[in-house]
Order: sequence, then C-alpha cells, then structure tokens
Amino acid sequence: MVGRVSVEGAKKGFALPQVPKILVYIVGFIPAVWLFYAGITDQLGADPMRYLEQALGLWALRFLIATLTVTPLRQLFNVNLLRYRRAIGLLSFYYAALHLTTYLVLDQGLDMAAIVADIVKRPYITIGMATFVILVPLAVTSNNAAIRRMGGQAWARLHKLVYLAAIGAVLHFILVVKSWPTEPLVYAAIVAVLLGYRVVRSQMKKPSPRRRPA
Amino acid sequence: MLIRRPSDILPSEITPREVYFNRRQWMAGAAGLALAAALPRGLEAAPLSAAKSPFSTDEKLTSREDVTSYNNYYEFGTGKDDPAAKAKSLKTSPWTVKVDGMVGKPAEFAIEDLIKSSALEERIYRMRCVEGWSMVIPWVGFPLADLIKRVEPLGSAKYVAFETAFRPEEMPGMDTIFPVLEWPYVEGLRLDEAMNPLAILAVGLYGETLPNQNGAPIRLVVPWKYGFKGIKSITRISFVEKQPATAWNKQAPNEYGFYANVNPSVDHPRWSQATERRIGEGGLFVKRRPTLMFNGYAEQVASLYTGMDLKKFY
Repeated sequence: MVGRVSVEGAKKGFALPQVPKILVYIVGFIPAVWLFYAGITDQLGADPMRYLEQALGLWALRFLIATLTVTPLRQLFNVNLLRYRRAIGLLSFYYAALHLTTYLVLDQGLDMAAIVADIVKRPYITIGMATFVILVPLAVTSNNAAIRRMGGQAWARLHKLVYLAAIGAVLHFILVVKSWPTEPLVYAAIVAVLLGYRVVRSQMKKPSPRRRPA
Repeated sequence: MLIRRPSDILPSEITPREVYFNRRQWMAGAAGLALAAALPRGLEAAPLSAAKSPFSTDEKLTSREDVTSYNNYYEFGTGKDDPAAKAKSLKTSPWTVKVDGMVGKPAEFAIEDLIKSSALEERIYRMRCVEGWSMVIPWVGFPLADLIKRVEPLGSAKYVAFETAFRPEEMPGMDTIFPVLEWPYVEGLRLDEAMNPLAILAVGLYGETLPNQNGAPIRLVVPWKYGFKGIKSITRISFVEKQPATAWNKQAPNEYGFYANVNPSVDHPRWSQATERRIGEGGLFVKRRPTLMFNGYAEQVASLYTGMDLKKFY
C-alpha cells in the first residue's frame, strides 16, 4: 500500500476539495470528547466504564479500517484521500491508547497483578496488547522526518504491520464477546475484504512467467 | 439437606413463624386481588404484594432504571439495551406454563392462577453475571419448591428442565445470520438444587409485575449461579431422569457448564471471575469488588455440592 505512495500519489485523483488536516483531527476527536463528557455526566447507561472502554476500542478499529480504505478508494474509484491517511492512522492509535488507558486505570484500577495475569492468561487481552504494541512504532514513525531518516522503502515495509494490527484488532473484538454476535463479524468481514483485495491485486500484478516454482 | 439462615440476621429480626405464615396467606390473597384488578390492563406493570423474606440481603439496591435497562436477553438482541427497546413485542397475556414429565400431577397453569395460588415473597438477591458485573435486585416470586410439591415428582425424576417461549415473530433477536444460541433457550437444575429454598420463580421486581426485558411473565432466579441460569419467560417445566441440555452449554461447552455456580476460583476460559463490578456503583470510576463463593450464598447451598470437584463441574 505504502510502497507506491510516491508514484500513485502523484496521479491526479478525483477532484475533492482540500480541507486542512487539522480538521480531520478535530472531527476525529469529537467521539472521544463526547464519550468522556457523557461518562462524567452519567449519560452512558448502567455500566458507563464498560461502555466507554468498548466505544473507544471500536473507534480505534473504525479509524484503522478507514486507513485501509484509502488505497482501494484511490485505485478503484480514483478518489485520493492520501493526504489525510496519516491523520486517520494517528487517530486510530490515539483511540487505541485511550482504550488501553481506560482498561488499565478505570477497569482494572491499575491492579498490576491482575493486569499482568490478564495479559499472560487471556488470549483476547494478549492479542489486544500485542496489537497496541504493533501500532506504537507506526505512530512514532508517522512523520516526514522518520520517512527521510528510514528511507521510503524501509518505512513502507515497517508500515505493512498495519495489516497485522487490523487482524489483531478484529480477533481481539471477536474473542471478547460471548457466542457469535453480528457486529464483530461484520468488522472482521470488512477487514478480510480490505486485506483480501490487496492479496488479489498483488497476485494479478505479478506477470506469471516470472513466477518460479518454490 | 441442611438449610441454614444467613448468619448476619439477628433472630429478633425474624418474624415469628405463625405470624409470618399467616401474613403470607393474607398477602397472597391480597396479591391475587391486586393482580386480578390490574391484569386486564395488559402490558402495564401491576403492583404485587409480597411478604418479606429472611433470605433477602440488606445491601443497597441497584436502581430500577438500571435493573430494567441493562439486560441480557438474546432473543431480543445481544446489546445490553436491546431487550428494553425491543421486548415490548412479546405478548405475555395469555400465558401458560406447562409442567410435565415424571410427575404425578402434570398440569398447565395459567400465569394469573399460578400467581394467585402462590404465597408471594420479596427476595432481595445479589445477581452475578458471568460477564463480571453484578446487581442487587428486589424480586417478587415464590419458591420453586412450592410448585414442585404441587405436581408431585416421581421417584425417577432427578432433574428439572426449563424452556423459554419460542416466538421468532415476537422476538426480533432470534432472526440473525448466525443464531447466537440454539433456540428455544433451555436451562436445567438438579432436583435437589431446584428444591433449595433460595431457588424462586420470579413474577415481579420492585413490587410490580416483571417488565418484559426481565423475563415476564415468569422466570427462574437461582442467586448462587451465574445470571444466565435464570431462564426467562418460561413456558415449560419438565421433570426428567437425565441431566437436561442447557443453552449456553450447547453453544460453548468448555466455557459454560451445567452447574454454572458462581465461583471466584474457577475462571471463565477467557476472563477471570475473581472480581466483579457492581452496577450503579461509582459510575466511570467503578471499583471492582471480590466475587464471593456461590455469590455469597455458600451457607445455604454449599452442601449441595459436597465432594464434587467444582473445577470439573463448573
């Protein structure tokens, strides 16, 4: 996805009015601000901590999915949102960080023994934690200086980890619920389509004569 | 079976037996009258009179708002607010409960007759959900044992099986791409568990008939077990010889056992059961409290499980 940034990014996309990137952050943080306000003013129902925790995690997943739609939108529909992708990706990281903080502070009350036991023993917590750890280097290198320092190719390779993070995020969601409710399966299906699209496209682009038997 | 009263109740707090039972009879009559007057109104909650019970806890009640808006009733959807939003479509009148199987007197009870002929009590119980949260709920109901005695189980009956109404047209959550559970919802108890005085059939809460989202018109409440054992909107109770299938056990046998006793030392495979959040306590800054063995009802029920490996029979 990121390897072809310089080539395809230069292609003239669908003429969208450009908005300042700061607007993406402002709009992106509206759910968080509303959730914390509603939480403090007791408007999140009977189990406000759990509501806040789940909603923040869900927004992290939504923004993660949004970053994965940027490339297909450009390739398939010639809609170019590339200049906003970094902001969307960072929003996903910030929501994941708020989700994790809510778990550590409000849910577990910083009970380190319980938290460590959870991480070691509970696959959904292990996977959630690993997913967050994967997002950290991606967030840290989401700036022009890092791209210059690392070189475009190495940077692009590193940022392919976002695919792993997306898989981790939906697994984390599916494993936390009882039975097979529809919502996490819908998110899993969206991620499967977005990743499957990349697999299919990379296969189609490979000219078959150059394939060698393994 | 040895039944003890909770030790935290002073003898002086307990009404003398004769007075208590007289009052229960009077209350039952009054409840019947109140119900007869109120029932024709249909969906509206009707007041119920009920005697107090020494089995009630004096812990702070979870608000009526929370008890009736935060529910797991998957026939109406998997969201906590789905039952309150969608359960109105369930028609609870007329309603009959069929009692069959290995009993001397099989019967089909109209719900209003069942309520009228039972001595209603208020039972304020802790309710611990398998998901790790808890409430304190003032149920109105009658001992399951009372009903069992009326139908005279045969010696061969070892278990009691329960079934929820199966009405896809009135229960919108049943119609999903992947059925969340195999419908109808079924539950079961060992006969001696069912006879324990803590086990009740609840027909109301907060002094009124049950709202639909809480399992109207009649549901099981077994406070020493996880909430999912409390099967809602019961249409059938069968006495059987073999351990009956239960809905969650069929869905994930490694996660939900037949017994499902609250036990802080036996974790759910995916999460700890050592602590719980009391709904309505602390808001965003809710503090976890330790979960008690048998949800704090060990004195009344521990003897049912003497010699059993509760890690194996979870």
